[in-house]
Amino acid sequence: MTSTLDDSEKEKARSVSVDLNNDASLLIDIPDALCERDKVKFTVHTKTTLSSFQKPDFSVPRQHEDFIWLHDALVETEDYAGLIIPPAPPKPDFESPREKMHKLGEGEATMTKEEYTKMKQELEAEYLAVFKKTVQVHEVFLQRLSSHPILSKDRNFQIFLEYDQDLSVRRKNAKETFGSFFKNMVKSADEVIISGIKEVDDFFEQEKTFLLDYSSKIKDSTARAEKMTRSHKNVADDYIHISATLNSLSVDDNTKVEGRVASDEELKLTELFRYYMLDIQAAKDLLYRRARALADYENSNKALDKARLKSKDITQAEEHQQQCLQKFDKLSESGKRELTSFKGRRVVAFRKNLIEMSELEIKHAKVSQGAQSSFSFLWDLGSCSCTW
Amino acid sequence: MQLEEEVEDKFELNISITNPEKVGDGMNAYMAYKVSTQTTLPMFRSKTFTVRRRFSDFLGLYEKLSDKHTLNGYIVPPPPEKSIMGMTKVKVGKEDNSSAEFVERRRAALERYLQRVVFHPSLLQDPDVREFLERDDVSSACVCALSGAGFLKMINRATDSLSKMTIKMNESDVWFEEKLQEVEAEDQQLRKLHIMVDSLVGHRKELSVNTGGFAKSVAMLGSSEDNTALSRALSQLAEVEDKMEQLHQEQAASDSFCFAELLADYIRLLGSVRASFDQRMKTWQRWQDAQNMLQKKRETEAKLLWANKPDKLQQAKDDITEWEAKVTQYERDFDRVSATVRKEVLRFEKEKARDFKKQIIKYLESLLQSQQQLIKYWEAFLPEAKAIA
Repeated sequence: MTSTLDDSEKEKARSVSVDLNNDASLLIDIPDALCERDKVKFTVHTKTTLSSFQKPDFSVPRQHEDFIWLHDALVETEDYAGLIIPPAPPKPDFESPREKMHKLGEGEATMTKEEYTKMKQELEAEYLAVFKKTVQVHEVFLQRLSSHPILSKDRNFQIFLEYDQDLSVRRKNAKETFGSFFKNMVKSADEVIISGIKEVDDFFEQEKTFLLDYSSKIKDSTARAEKMTRSHKNVADDYIHISATLNSLSVDDNTKVEGRVASDEELKLTELFRYYMLDIQAAKDLLYRRARALADYENSNKALDKARLKSKDITQAEEHQQQCLQKFDKLSESGKRELTSFKGRRVVAFRKNLIEMSELEIKHAKVSQGAQSSFSFLWDLGSCSCTW
Repeated sequence: MQLEEEVEDKFELNISITNPEKVGDGMNAYMAYKVSTQTTLPMFRSKTFTVRRRFSDFLGLYEKLSDKHTLNGYIVPPPPEKSIMGMTKVKVGKEDNSSAEFVERRRAALERYLQRVVFHPSLLQDPDVREFLERDDVSSACVCALSGAGFLKMINRATDSLSKMTIKMNESDVWFEEKLQEVEAEDQQLRKLHIMVDSLVGHRKELSVNTGGFAKSVAMLGSSEDNTALSRALSQLAEVEDKMEQLHQEQAASDSFCFAELLADYIRLLGSVRASFDQRMKTWQRWQDAQNMLQKKRETEAKLLWANKPDKLQQAKDDITEWEAKVTQYERDFDRVSATVRKEVLRFEKEKARDFKKQIIKYLESLLQSQQQLIKYWEAFLPEAKAIA
């Protein structure tokens, strides 16, 4: 199944982050994608005025795994320890619509033709929604990178955009080289380490408190938003069954609207929360790395003291201590910058999303109203006949 | 259609059932309902009057009416089913939403039941109906009341005997055959639809709960948020979602009361329709059996004539006369019952169309109102979202 997204659809889809694709020197988008069974093939299109690229306008095909490779490569790069690395796009998940499609196939015999057709249409719309969503998150990931002053210059990023061969060979090599060291460290007990540290800097103290608290709250909100939109989808599905059975009495238009409201809500609210849940995690990762750097610095101080006592390897210890201090300072400085801009970004994104969501709710309710009132008007006139 | 409307205008009889009150305690407790009648019909003693009845009284009324009229081919409206679960909760004194809902559902169902009964021109003439509405104290002879299962059994009794009959009824009028098929198809459709609507109600209730949970979570998130404007917007969002929870809850109630109950009523009613068809079958069978018996008697007479037994001959001749009369009678019965069934079915279809139309419009209006509310809430929220800086 091939799906192409036209410009208007993409405008709507670009929901989670604010217009990232502003800098004309490096413009990235995903104009289309192909869905084959499990795999999605994205077409990554780059338009650039930078001389570091070989061509000004080019496209490459990429798979989800390539994005993950790029993300991991960035995380593992020491130089970026003081940056918030944009969260990796989640794996395309067609599980839900596929399962439903399967159930539909099994139940085909028990349904009327009309019911079956309607359900199938609805499922195809759901499939398309998942598809659009996954394209969007992958696109946003790349655009976050391209709009970042430091990350946009990353060599791996360039390779990702330009390399016209299959990246999977490189990916295999990368796995061996990096060994996911940092990743494993970050996953374990980062909260304990972050909270355990004695903070001298007010800014970071506040950030730490805020992020830890906000992180758990947004996780909860995300889970509940998902639950809510799932329920809404169930209601929409029920309407489809009912309207198909009612034949000429169908509350037809209502189902389209109910279904659409469910999937648009999904796209707007749940995705907003989900995205920021991941982003907050990335911010926490930054705090973690800084905490580790501070711990290293403190250890190096202790080592220096020991060396001075023993009068042995003092220069070495001093050098090491200096390095640690530098690293820590660098992290603190860039960390502060990153976290401040993260705040601003978050507020703007929430604003945009909440506005769009409210406007959509109102729009759909008005459409639904129109359909229902025209239907009840017709009923009243008796021009709808009871087939049974 | 014109005539029907004229009849409607003359028809002044309004019944309402209100004030469900618990009488007694423990397992012997029951609900008593106030049955109020308002009428200009001369057959009643006064213009407005009220009595108290309990659920088993309604079942008793149904039994009496059914005994008398079903065998003539009338479609006697069935009462709501007995519910052990529902009533036990009420008896035990569980004061919660589900038992309140149960009582309300039953009250409404009983009201609709009585309204259908009195709207039936022949049933209205039945003295039992008048007594039920007027008499202060009706002895509940039917304390043994029909349970839900018992009721279904009674309906199925007729249909069972039908399926056991392997006779191919020599249907002179194909209208009946076609109609019965239609009724059976309808029954299937309604049952299917009812299951779906039940599912809708359940899911909407779930949606309401999940929306409430989400609202609380967003409120928490808002209090965590350090940007003031965004924090306020999030708590406003939480309030909107709270209102949505309420809205969904109300809509679920409407789904249930407007839509699901309508379907349940008609599934039961179709059972009564089937019963009337079966009754017609029975009278046909009786007529056929009588004809067979007559034939046998004639053969007996012939045998006796041949065997030259004059003493038994008189008996045989008497028998023939008896059965000839029976055959004539039963044929007349069959014709009469067929005509009644036909009239009843046509009447039923008209009423059904009217009922459905009324209810569906009511349901749509509730949906419309929901949408209206929804728009109001979100329009109030929009400026809050825009105010985020």
